Amino acid sequence: MNAPLEPIDYNRPTGDEIKTTTCYMCACRCGIRVHLKDGRVRYIDGNPDHPVNGGVLCGKGAAGIMQHYSPARLTKPLRRKGARGAGEFEEIEWNEALTMATSWLSEVRNTDPRRLAFFTGRDQSQSLTGFWATQFGTPNHAAHGGFCSVNMAAGGIYSIGGSFWEFGEPDWEHARMLLMFGVAEDHDSNPIKIGLGKLKSRGAKVVSVNPVRTGYSAIADEWVGIRPGTDGAFVSALIHELLRQDRIDLEFLARTTDASWLINQNPGAADHGLVIKDADGAPLGWDGTADAPTPARTPGANLSLIGERTLPDGRKAKTVFQLLAERFLDGANNPDAVAAITDVPAETIRNLANDLAAAALDDPMEIQQPWTDWTGKRHETMVARPVAIHAMRGISAHSNGFDTCRLIHVLQMLLGAIDAPGSFRYKPPFPKPVPPGPKPAGKADQIGPGRPMAGPPLGFVAGPEDLLVDPDGTPRRIDHAYSWEAPVAAHGLMHMVIENAAKQDPNPIDVLFMYMANMGWNSSMSVENALKGLTAKDEETGEYKIKHVIYSDAFWSETVAYADLIFPDTTYLERWDAISLLDRPISDADGPADAIRQPIFEPDRDVRPFQEVVIDLGHRLGLPAFTNEDGTAKFPGGYKDYLVNHERTPGVGPLAGWRGEDGDKGGIGAKNPDQLDKYIENGCFWKHELEPEQRYFKHSNKSYLEWSASMGFIPNADPIVMHLYSEPLQKFRLAAEGHGDVQPPTDAARQRVLKNFDPIASWRPPLNGLEDADNAYPLHAITQRPMAMYHSWGSQNAWLRQIHTANRLFMARELVEEMGLKDDSWVYVTSPNGKIKAQIKAMEGVNPRTVWTWNAIGKRKGAWGLDKDAPEATKGFLLNHLISELLPDGQGGHWPNADPVTGQAAWYDLRVKIEPAPADTAQVSEPVIPALPNNPGGKPNPSRLGFGAAFRGRKEARS
Amino acid sequence: MTSLPATAPVKKLGLVIDLDTCVGCHACAVNCKEWNTGGEMAPLTDMDPYGAEPEGVWFNRVHGYEAGDGANGRTVHFPRSCLHCETPACVTVCPTGASYKREEDGIVLVDEDKCIGCKLCSWACPYGAREFDETVGVMKKCTLCVDRIYNETIPEAERVPACVSTCPASARHFGDLGDPNSDVSKLVAERGGYDLAPEFDYKPTNKYLPPRERMPSAPAAAEAAGEPQGLLKWVDRMLSI
Repeated sequence: MNAPLEPIDYNRPTGDEIKTTTCYMCACRCGIRVHLKDGRVRYIDGNPDHPVNGGVLCGKGAAGIMQHYSPARLTKPLRRKGARGAGEFEEIEWNEALTMATSWLSEVRNTDPRRLAFFTGRDQSQSLTGFWATQFGTPNHAAHGGFCSVNMAAGGIYSIGGSFWEFGEPDWEHARMLLMFGVAEDHDSNPIKIGLGKLKSRGAKVVSVNPVRTGYSAIADEWVGIRPGTDGAFVSALIHELLRQDRIDLEFLARTTDASWLINQNPGAADHGLVIKDADGAPLGWDGTADAPTPARTPGANLSLIGERTLPDGRKAKTVFQLLAERFLDGANNPDAVAAITDVPAETIRNLANDLAAAALDDPMEIQQPWTDWTGKRHETMVARPVAIHAMRGISAHSNGFDTCRLIHVLQMLLGAIDAPGSFRYKPPFPKPVPPGPKPAGKADQIGPGRPMAGPPLGFVAGPEDLLVDPDGTPRRIDHAYSWEAPVAAHGLMHMVIENAAKQDPNPIDVLFMYMANMGWNSSMSVENALKGLTAKDEETGEYKIKHVIYSDAFWSETVAYADLIFPDTTYLERWDAISLLDRPISDADGPADAIRQPIFEPDRDVRPFQEVVIDLGHRLGLPAFTNEDGTAKFPGGYKDYLVNHERTPGVGPLAGWRGEDGDKGGIGAKNPDQLDKYIENGCFWKHELEPEQRYFKHSNKSYLEWSASMGFIPNADPIVMHLYSEPLQKFRLAAEGHGDVQPPTDAARQRVLKNFDPIASWRPPLNGLEDADNAYPLHAITQRPMAMYHSWGSQNAWLRQIHTANRLFMARELVEEMGLKDDSWVYVTSPNGKIKAQIKAMEGVNPRTVWTWNAIGKRKGAWGLDKDAPEATKGFLLNHLISELLPDGQGGHWPNADPVTGQAAWYDLRVKIEPAPADTAQVSEPVIPALPNNPGGKPNPSRLGFGAAFRGRKEARS
Repeated sequence: MTSLPATAPVKKLGLVIDLDTCVGCHACAVNCKEWNTGGEMAPLTDMDPYGAEPEGVWFNRVHGYEAGDGANGRTVHFPRSCLHCETPACVTVCPTGASYKREEDGIVLVDEDKCIGCKLCSWACPYGAREFDETVGVMKKCTLCVDRIYNETIPEAERVPACVSTCPASARHFGDLGDPNSDVSKLVAERGGYDLAPEFDYKPTNKYLPPRERMPSAPAAAEAAGEPQGLLKWVDRMLSI
């Protein structure tokens, strides 16, 4: 357009320089352009070339300016002066801080490395931190997955060799129908919004199953306001309907799953329920033509789907499909029976089953693209199954979430809707074999003073023999991961670390080292209990039970006050980072991708990126991977040096792009000193685009599988067989029945496994039930993530806090009226674990027996650089005060309030009662926790902020 | 009082906002804020930014409403900004000529040098689109990113308002609503785009696209007589890889 003649400077450049990097305002990892003017951030927008966000950016990303200049930033290393929790610190120099940490850590390493617990939060450098923990020699390491989404990850990885959220995505281009479960508005932020826009523009049907109708649910064609914790029952009824009407993709089941495999039927015996295999270990099916067993993966064999068989050796067997069909055709899964559990009418369930089958199976669309399957058979087209399913935390954060997630994958498998056009699609490096390697290390013979551990602390167990327990069943890890409390932990149980460390169970912790996890506030289960644990003292010695606490954070968060030593981190615009294929890459379904952050600025404070500190400590401690034989540092250039020059295995490093001496290799190749420059030239990301013939059916696609093996993503090019039936879970059951060398140590532990480990996914009520006997706590209480806020970071942000300043407790209007309340009334919310006071708001779009609030808006006074009368602290609140780390007594042991299979924190299992507060109650939320002192490095908050005035060109801003 | 252009603008630049697709993420509002706080109307001042009553100038705000009862109702997210009306009262009421409507493209702007901060325009605007910046005593408002859309230092594809450029769900569209053949005009025609509060007769340029009719489920097939029951229906089925 031609500019009109006006006294406006139309051609003022946005800034004088543009630098690309990767956003960190949430976990979405969008590409951003930072426009700089006069050395300040003028504007941050989405990088149009970036595979994650294609130029768009959410409200959080656009508010990055206010994060970077936040007054809550820490400014210098701090050493505790007063009691833990008092928030009194003295500033010290980095060398002193690092020397102090090194002395604590080296004593631990040289005596008993298990006395270090090293847990990180929402960071994106787990491939470094996990490696560092291995080098140190402690099994006590994990990131925050245990309270985030391990149920989704493990449920998927143990079923289909991939999972929702980071390792898969809906085929937004071709889906006719999208079914979303429990997707709050943060994960996967921009890709889902972009995708919903595409579905809407095409007229695809969007169905959201969620107790709360906000965000994505608001624009769904159909909102299913389900009762929390019952999604698995709902999915079981959908499966029932599909099986009843024979509306399933039998060919898919035969080709890509274990449906035809024979399962030994010998109740009470040590091999009951195991897969029947031949002498070479190949699973057997029943050849219906020859009427004899045959390897089930034999191309051309005519395999029976059902029928009870007797093998030549006399063993009885049934196919997986028969076991599955018997289970789900049972009347307990009839929509009429399930309606009463879920609050979803039977008619709705039947209609949705019909919709799913019609969209997936009728009139299939085809992409005109030939491909070849693993048997060598060429297919002229790619036939669609255009039903995409996506699920997230609303499924994950229940104690039945692992199986609910598996049930959703069973539904997908029955519809053939996995990696077909229009369905859920894997993101490379997934799919991987079920379950993938490696196994977790931490057994007694894998640990010793002064040496690295024999393997990584996190991995995937295949049976009881892989558990990390002592012979008497005692957990070996401080979080009790991979013990009988959480056998399939996969991501660890960060939420149990403080609880167990304070009890010195199974061993004392001399150093608790945490990063970017607000465990002293909204990231714990019970705030009070976490604070009690951090300050617990030995009665005899008067020393803290957790001897030393080191914490690294960029901001004056609630947790900082509880550390003895603080490493001040940088903001995301002041650091190198890798979003690595070794960890949580930014791949999409069309190809693997990774990314970096580059420092846009040098810090103007005495702070250092956490990863630099970790590498420095690694050298100071003499960890072999960080120290040359002559004692010098292996990575004198710090994290930047490590990103380019560290190799996990020959040719494999943190970054996959531009490897090889000439920078022409992707994936595996020699180190390239110019690698980071290449990333920067390319907008700070690398992506390999799959060939069109490789883009679907990745589980069975010969070309894809061969390429994936060549990249080292999978051990060989064998097809990925999906599991309707989980043999590892059956092995745990057998142990509980008294078979094998590693068995549950108590009768209660046996009963717990027998009740909750099921080789065929099944719905069970959450561990604390859907209601208690006398209905004392009749309401479910859950949180949702606002799209404009991420965890606790947002409240320090001058712009974002104007959008969510104080949260309300949302309740169904009929309940509000029944109780004689109105908007903004104060109520007491009580659970068996605690009581809070909050203000309510009525709404229509919520399951009538559910109340909810926005997550992590409530703040402790004095934290996050806010004034002490900030509404976040005076009217905001957390539900965490009502949640317990442990299940109530009476379940025969000391069990975490978590999924009994994975240990995923079950904070959505919460049930409460609500009572009006007296009319004259003080207008403040409760509990009132004493204020923290101000950020020692902070300046007085301004009364007004006129950010941007200085950027103005032609006319000066009036002031 | 300020006159409207003698010749009604032919070109009518404006926004089309799709309420069927807006998820209420506030991306548009925050991106607008960060662009404009350093742009032509800079700054968009924030009062008490870390205190008890944080309140700043925003040219675009997103509101959430519920319409209808219970499960059959809807949650609607409604972004609100200046509608760049064809006959805006905020202009005609302005005593100094600070508020004006451009003949070239229909954009309604404020000339800060002429604004005396009398707030008559904000009283006149029924849409609440005006934002008074107390620190400078000047009324501010959406400029339709006039410093972006003609800016030749920005790649041509990005010369759209910041809110449109950033919207993740593609719920915001920008173009010439005076041209019946423009993409935005066609979208309005196809989707039944409507004026906000037309009864005031200010003839807003911006249009809103209503939420679409929800797609009903096809009724489930009843259990047919003679349908093979249970496992029997698969007895004879054999499959090969």
